[in-house]
Amino acid sequence: MKALLVLEDGTVFDGTSFGATGESFGEVVFNTSMTGYQEILTDPSYKGQIVTMTCPLIGNYGINEEDFESEKPHLSGFIVRENSRIASNHRSNMSLDEFLKKHNIIGIEGIDTRKLTLHIRSAGAMKGIISTEDLNPENLVRKAKSSKGLVGVDLVKEVSCQKIYKWNKKGKHKVVLLDCGAKYNIMRDLAKRDCQVTVVPAKTSAKKILSLKPDGVMLSNGPGDPAAVTYVIETVKELIGKVPVFGICLGHQMLGLALGGKTYKLKFGHRGANHPVMDLKTRKIEITSQNHGFCVDMKSLNPKKVTLTHVNLNDQTLEGLRHKKYPVFSVQYHPEASAGPHDSKYLFEKFIGDMKNAKKN
Amino acid sequence: MPKRTDIKSILIIGSGPIVIGQACEFDYSGVQACKALKEEGYKIILVNSNPATIMTDPKVADRTYIEPIDPYFVEKIIEAEKPDAVLPTLGGQTALNCAVTLWERGVFKKHKVKMIGAKGDVIKKAENRELFKEAMQKIGLDLPRSGEARSYKEALEVVKEIGFPAIIRSGFTMGGSGGGIAYNMDEFKVIANRGIEISPISEILIEESVIGWKEYEMEVMRDLADNVVIICSIENFDPMGIHTGDSITVAPAQTLTDKEYQAMRNASIAVIREIGVETGGSNIQFAINPRDGRMVVIEMNPRVSRSSALASKATGFPIAKMAAKLAVGYTLDEIPNDITKKTPACFEPTIDYCVVKIPRFTFEKFPGADSRLGISMKSVGEAMSIGRTFKESLQKGLRSLEIKVYGLEDLNFEPNEDQIKQALSIAGAERIFYIKHALKSGMSIDSIFELTNIDRWFLDNIKEIVEYEKNLRKYKGKKVPRAILREAKIMGFSDLQLAKFWAMDEDDIYKLRKKFKIMPEFKQVDTCAAEFEAYTPYYYSTYL
Repeated sequence: MKALLVLEDGTVFDGTSFGATGESFGEVVFNTSMTGYQEILTDPSYKGQIVTMTCPLIGNYGINEEDFESEKPHLSGFIVRENSRIASNHRSNMSLDEFLKKHNIIGIEGIDTRKLTLHIRSAGAMKGIISTEDLNPENLVRKAKSSKGLVGVDLVKEVSCQKIYKWNKKGKHKVVLLDCGAKYNIMRDLAKRDCQVTVVPAKTSAKKILSLKPDGVMLSNGPGDPAAVTYVIETVKELIGKVPVFGICLGHQMLGLALGGKTYKLKFGHRGANHPVMDLKTRKIEITSQNHGFCVDMKSLNPKKVTLTHVNLNDQTLEGLRHKKYPVFSVQYHPEASAGPHDSKYLFEKFIGDMKNAKKN
Repeated sequence: MPKRTDIKSILIIGSGPIVIGQACEFDYSGVQACKALKEEGYKIILVNSNPATIMTDPKVADRTYIEPIDPYFVEKIIEAEKPDAVLPTLGGQTALNCAVTLWERGVFKKHKVKMIGAKGDVIKKAENRELFKEAMQKIGLDLPRSGEARSYKEALEVVKEIGFPAIIRSGFTMGGSGGGIAYNMDEFKVIANRGIEISPISEILIEESVIGWKEYEMEVMRDLADNVVIICSIENFDPMGIHTGDSITVAPAQTLTDKEYQAMRNASIAVIREIGVETGGSNIQFAINPRDGRMVVIEMNPRVSRSSALASKATGFPIAKMAAKLAVGYTLDEIPNDITKKTPACFEPTIDYCVVKIPRFTFEKFPGADSRLGISMKSVGEAMSIGRTFKESLQKGLRSLEIKVYGLEDLNFEPNEDQIKQALSIAGAERIFYIKHALKSGMSIDSIFELTNIDRWFLDNIKEIVEYEKNLRKYKGKKVPRAILREAKIMGFSDLQLAKFWAMDEDDIYKLRKKFKIMPEFKQVDTCAAEFEAYTPYYYSTYL
């Protein structure tokens, strides 16, 4: 079935639909990972976005039961050059097309994804719409323009869990994970390292979190504009100094804001699995998995209070920070990987070290 | 780290004569290395016996010796030139073997020549089967079961444990020469004895067969600060059992989930660290059982390999040049990415196209040679193509072979079912065309998979080409709609192929395309899938 992808600036791309049909809005972004579309589809951080894969051949190994990063896909649409009509992998139990149909996500293929990516790179991430119903580009531009967009919108409340639950029952270190749209692999990585993980909704107060007597608090990744999620920033402010804290991605931005910093929107964001990040202390380089459209402004942080720990070597933006006094640190990238390289798993060990030290004192 | 100042002159060992398994790839890497190091102000002494190389052009090195690449002659050159360092990892297996011998004889020590890139013990650890196996077991990586033998008697004991089919490899040889696959005792006797004979150290390795498993290569770079990056993953269309040099290969890997790819990436990093290649590129091969996903390490080349040239061109990342810079002490973050200029070389290229390499055979020039493909390399060249899809790249690559086909065409005779089955199960130069006939005759993808072990994803892509060709042929003598012609070009059909389907002239198709405004676009190879601006004019054509 014919489908159109239209951007708010009037750019039109013709394609063929796969997955669900209908109409869907979102911020159009691109991801440069060559593997891991299943993890990307199910990453709650993509809430409100239409994701373009720069890798042209997608769907080749299908979908399996194990590689989910949350229970379902959260993104608004999926753009590829070519969707594979077969799924070839011993673990696959479903094709990409079937998966998107099942979860009512619109896919569009036959798009010149490189042209689209170049456009986003030069003009910036922008609102867009995919439709199989209305094939009139002018209508679609109007609809895209009037859609909400991401800035100033709290998307966390839509992907956070509703009730407190235990991810696993046993573990030496009691971790409370503040769920702003957490990827399963954060929980898996903690559980693997002898942590007992309690997942709490994003709106949980600091008082409630501390009443669970955690050894450490994990601030998860999540979608959208961090500045719009004021309640989490307040919670984080109250946690600093009381318990070891480790933030990932949106969690890092929350921590940056709680420490008095500012965030800003990047022109087209970082989404991929090949970004070099330098640990400023060891000078070692990690190849990192990234997915963020907003960033903490390095200059907005008080150097007396905060140490900058990691920097992106591609564009020199901030990738990690640490509190000067308390065991509180965060990274903008994804040590839990999935999709992406495993170079940064040591950060989980560091968090566990912080929890052990805090217990000793 | 800044570059080393304790060395002023560097001896680079070239690759010598062009033979099957070692062609001009190592001239390319050697030239890159000479240029990269000269630019840093080092005096370059080069030895290469082959005057028909670019490397031996007068301006490439400071001193050029056209002498045999042999420990005796290289030692004489060392005596005359007294280089501070030797870089043995850019001249293929010939250079590496020569360097190991000189190292073992203590020649480098005697003349105070430092080995850069990879040290003698490191090369041994990577090349010696037993040492490599121990190293892999130490880091917990799985390997095919195997054993070494230095006599036929020892070989018999090993094969009793492993069973048939068994793979025999001859120690310290290149391009897999002196090896083979034995399906029974008679074959084993011949291959094992020949392997022992041909090996310079009279040693063979007998291995559990992983024939038919999915085959992969990873191109890895490491610097002196222990930063490791993956430059490129390559998936073999032809599975294990056919030498990589004789296989159709594809970059990036197409049928791995992120979990499988990351397991391979982690293993690659662990391997280069454990073996201890200090700087530069290495090539690590893996096999995956398609039925259960079990991954085993096959081997490692502690040097720039034949695949490095392909990976460099496939990604835009100049592996040999970078390897040379890293060998003299630079770290990856200190070297700019040649193509983006603004971002550092310390990253992993990402590809937004599909690269296919297809081997070129000339069995007609070797009468009497066994034209079945196996683990000794037999191809004499290759074509590499870039397109947006596997289908487009495959057809482009096939017409670049100069074998008078212009895409995935038919064989010039109609094979019967038995001929097809035989050609599928025993790979030869024309297997890809027999796959087409099998699909045309209605054979299922599962049946073809059973005979070839070629991943179903590749087979289904070929099936799409076959199905579309059938559709295209319907337009013979009729008006061809624009959408049909456009789709044909997107799938990589050449004008000549289309002209044959429709009994027209090639030129008529061109005119029709002009009328319809179906012209190729040129896309850039930029290492980063358009994320950053690129400055190198390096393009491929494609249709939209």
